[in-house]
Amino acid sequence: MTTGITHHIPQPLLVAYASGALPHPFALVVASHISLCDECRAQAVAHDHAGGAVLEELSGSDLSEGLKGDVLALLDAPRVQARPQGRVGPYPGPVMEALKGAPPRWKRMGLGTRQTILHDGPEGSVRLLYIPAGQAVPDHGHNGLELTLVLQGAFRDETGRFGPGDLEVADDALEHTPVAEPGEPCICLAATDASLRFSSFVPRLLQPLFRI
Amino acid sequence: MFTCEQTYEPIEGGVPVAAATPRMSDDRSALSEQTGWMLRVRDARDKAAFARLFDHYAPRLKAMGMRAGLGAAQAEEVVQDVMLKLWDRAAQFDPDRAQVSAWIYQIARNQMADLRRKEFRPVPEALLTPEEPEPDAAQAVALEQETTRLRKALSALSDEQRQLVEMAYLGELSHAQIKEGTGLPLGTIKSRIRLGLDRLRHELKGTRP
Ligand SMILES: [Zn+2]
Repeated sequence: MTTGITHHIPQPLLVAYASGALPHPFALVVASHISLCDECRAQAVAHDHAGGAVLEELSGSDLSEGLKGDVLALLDAPRVQARPQGRVGPYPGPVMEALKGAPPRWKRMGLGTRQTILHDGPEGSVRLLYIPAGQAVPDHGHNGLELTLVLQGAFRDETGRFGPGDLEVADDALEHTPVAEPGEPCICLAATDASLRFSSFVPRLLQPLFRI
Repeated sequence: MFTCEQTYEPIEGGVPVAAATPRMSDDRSALSEQTGWMLRVRDARDKAAFARLFDHYAPRLKAMGMRAGLGAAQAEEVVQDVMLKLWDRAAQFDPDRAQVSAWIYQIARNQMADLRRKEFRPVPEALLTPEEPEPDAAQAVALEQETTRLRKALSALSDEQRQLVEMAYLGELSHAQIKEGTGLPLGTIKSRIRLGLDRLRHELKGTRP
């Protein structure tokens, strides 16, 4: 748990996370914030109770005859239990899970900034960003929703200051230029609707210009 | 449409605060049948109690799977996997922090998301639990009362609104469609869960709240 968090998960995102409807890249950020924030954990569990209430009220479907017997017969069968990853350094369990337990393999992006892509698919992408103190956070070209969770250090933009555990929620209406604070390098977990294809086609020479 | 209940009211006067409540470690008689069954599964690996939970939840879980677009056979696979997880993970069940239905709901939606994506859905770090947790029946009972209130609030919604809440929690709405909350009074239950978390944190530190 991290103390001093001031920017939390908005309710609609928590409901969508609770229901499983939130796309994978955002779900990873939400699960990571909840790992750091008991306030949002309590909120998320409250939504699970609402989900549980909906489940209780559902009229059940008839089951196949043998299902109950099959399940009861399997209770004592050996099963492999997945051992979930715990927190390592600034990386919460869900990030370590996405990294498959290994340290991040950073790729340089220019100006000392580095990234590690954790997932890139049709529903969006999520990556770790490493921004040296005092540097601007690269523009990862969001067309829709963008979630940025600070894991280490801090950044500031037009909307405020974001320290460890803080979550910035941005949509395309927000024009912002986040800059890492002096001191520690800033490490963020960032998820966006946009596919990565655009940024990877930008010629290398133009990168400083675009701050990618 | 969705009316909003974004601001959370503080805990009402009638709800006891965990720290001020005498311990009633063995008095779980006020808890629901489902919680009782689940505790017998957890503490005694009681298969008869598991069978009762199966009878209660398996048909609902199948309905949940079919609402999510699964065929009957696939929905039953989910039922099987969820019920086996409930058995395997029973040690993690803590009635101070979650009701059975909420606990099963989150297992089920993870299972369905995993099935859809063929990869594991990100879940928060599990909370550590003390070696010998001190059961707090008052907290569990209070959480149960909040859950009963929540179910009453759900049934008191207009048909249209209740349908929207169902759609939201059954994964049929995107976050962009859930603009303004769900109209359910979640503030007090959140505060109650928060108390349970705070108590757990203190217990882990070896200090009492
Ligand atoms: Zn939070």
